[in-house]
Amino acid sequence: MKKIYMDYAATTPTHPDVLAAMQPYFCEKFGNPSSVHSFGRETRAAVENARKQVADLIGAKLKEIVFTSSGTEANNFAIEGIAFANEKVGNHIITSKIEHHAILEPCEFLESKGFKITYLPVDKYGLVDPKEVERAITDKTILVSIMQANNEIGTIEPIEEISKVIKEAASKLGHKVYFHTDAVQTVGQIEVNVDKLGVDLLSMSAHKFYGPKGVGALYIRSGTRIVPFIRGGAQENHRRASTENVVGIVGMGVAAELASKELDSREKELIRLRDKLIKGLLAKIPQTSLNGHPTKRLPKNVNISVKYIEGESMLLNLDFEGIAASTGSACTSGSLEPSHVLMALGLSHEGAHGSIRFSLGRLNTEEDVEKVLEVFPKIVEKLRSMSPLYKGKEEA
Amino acid sequence: MPEPYSERVMDHFKNPRNVGEIENPDGVGKIGNPVCGDIMEMYIKVKDNVIVDAKFKTFGCGAAIATSSMITEMVKGKTIEDALKISNKAVAEALGGLPPVKMHCSVLGEDALKSAINDYLIKKTGKGLPGWKPRSEEGHHGKH
Repeated sequence: MKKIYMDYAATTPTHPDVLAAMQPYFCEKFGNPSSVHSFGRETRAAVENARKQVADLIGAKLKEIVFTSSGTEANNFAIEGIAFANEKVGNHIITSKIEHHAILEPCEFLESKGFKITYLPVDKYGLVDPKEVERAITDKTILVSIMQANNEIGTIEPIEEISKVIKEAASKLGHKVYFHTDAVQTVGQIEVNVDKLGVDLLSMSAHKFYGPKGVGALYIRSGTRIVPFIRGGAQENHRRASTENVVGIVGMGVAAELASKELDSREKELIRLRDKLIKGLLAKIPQTSLNGHPTKRLPKNVNISVKYIEGESMLLNLDFEGIAASTGSACTSGSLEPSHVLMALGLSHEGAHGSIRFSLGRLNTEEDVEKVLEVFPKIVEKLRSMSPLYKGKEEA
Repeated sequence: MPEPYSERVMDHFKNPRNVGEIENPDGVGKIGNPVCGDIMEMYIKVKDNVIVDAKFKTFGCGAAIATSSMITEMVKGKTIEDALKISNKAVAEALGGLPPVKMHCSVLGEDALKSAINDYLIKKTGKGLPGWKPRSEEGHHGKH
């Protein structure tokens, strides 16, 4: 049985060119980039080359890129680093209800330290309204953090408009209000340019765009007041201590360069497959609905709610057929709560428990989409025939 | 992150036994709600105080479906008294164990069975199980 991977929003396979570029940095080129000798100089150059590749991908300057261990660390660093560096200016932070836990949990931690957090609602598509951001800004606001695109439902937020609103408000206030975006789901996948977006900080993660796991980066605009998240060394221009993950950083650099080259073609192909899958699922399976925005949507993301059945049981049945997907149902999260993102859209508990996400990537083909369209309706039928909720709702 | 399921859970999930409804059942139990993500309906047929048939319909995760399948297998041929002795732990054990986060599914299974027996007793004697309340509606589901 051919296995079909449609969980690219969770992680992607490392690109073979990325792996090839990384390999020499395990055994041959192993120096510590902080060492002055030739071994160190060699890896220092490799790290700086990767920094350029990543900076070029998002239109940043070299010194504005700080490598981290992950997108999660980049998010923690951005939120706490800005909060503690600017707490004399204010103690108010604005974010949204649909952020990743890597944003929400640092915010909750800051609340316990006396900061005030506003969690903005979203509309039924998952969009944050820039006007709501404007209304939420007070003279104590120091940071706004809104994700560029949501990992579960794929909705792309109006970052440029939000940036404009923040800048106008900040000029009236007379103090800086920093704007951070979690771009873990967008960098390397759609066009991301820090100046065009108008952001001061931006988080990214290599393994979401065919780089290795265990490496990410935070873009920090020149002049930003931020304190380190990890202390104990002068690496990354005193902003992030610890010996650099040279192998991972080299991989992230090459993945960034590949993404720059292939962005347009990858995007076009994914949108084509995505729309075919969405259209097919909604047409073939009655009583399903698309979660997220129909067009302001990540090229890879398909998220639907299937009425009367539960996500994990869909997932397991797909897995029997060799198809890997994901769900917002509580049953796979290790808690009993369904996805906070789907609940923020106003979905019922049943709708949230009945959600399934297919996220596409560069190795998916037309045949893969057709296979899902052939297999999944049968799974739904089987589970619905077992569901007490489906009784009498067949025609609804 | 959740632990993987045992082979027996996967077997009962993949090929669930006793799916469906019983026409003119002697007892029906309905437990759970969409908030917690699991709903079970259990149907029993009773002859001379023995459960001769049991069927179920379940909305829920792999563990919820496997638990429903297993408990309907376990009750068939048992007297009402013996069926009432089946605990959620016994169902979980029969399934080769459940991940800790999924243990509530086995409680739901036990509840669905007791609810069906309660319904049967009310119909038959006018009195249900003394002092019976679904366990799944106390404790951890309260936070919803």
